[in-house]
Amino acid sequence: MQLARVIGNVVSTHKDQSLVGQKLLVLQPVSPLRKEIGHPVVAVDSVGAGVGEEVFFVRGREATFPFLPDQVITDANVVGIVDQWSYQPETQEP
Amino acid sequence: MRIGRVTGAVVSTQKHEKLHGAKLLLVQPISPDGRASGVTVLAVDAAQAGIGDKVLLVIEGRAAGQAVRRRAAPVDAAIVGVIDSVTRYERD
Repeated sequence: MQLARVIGNVVSTHKDQSLVGQKLLVLQPVSPLRKEIGHPVVAVDSVGAGVGEEVFFVRGREATFPFLPDQVITDANVVGIVDQWSYQPETQEP
Repeated sequence: MRIGRVTGAVVSTQKHEKLHGAKLLLVQPISPDGRASGVTVLAVDAAQAGIGDKVLLVIEGRAAGQAVRRRAAPVDAAIVGVIDSVTRYERD
């Protein structure tokens, strides 16, 4: 999983049947120091997250699991809203 | 699997039901000689690791989800061992 900030949402009327009714969020992955990492991604939401919140999301095949037995076509899924985190690096981030 | 260093812990009240009770740790992947390599991941802890520990990290695949002992858990990274030492034999 990875930490991210919700920076927006996506409205799509014409989409795969399995995505109908799913909320689509735009996520900016962040480091533990809240530095932006890589490109924003679009993810479905299984916890009710909103814009501005810090969340964590799962990528890949596992992203389809929260809706089982329904098959939702996605490669990113928000599975938790973060209350807080602690960070004590002994090794420097690149 | 990769080698990583536990750098932090995440508290999350509202999360997917299959993650309830799971301990979530921030892990910085490192090379065998201890240098950071790649971005920090959030992993489920299946090895009672603590902050500062060097750990074995499973990324992606069914193995990661099995760490929470639940079927089809939406987990793509898990700590499956605490590393005592890594020995690297240099090539000639």
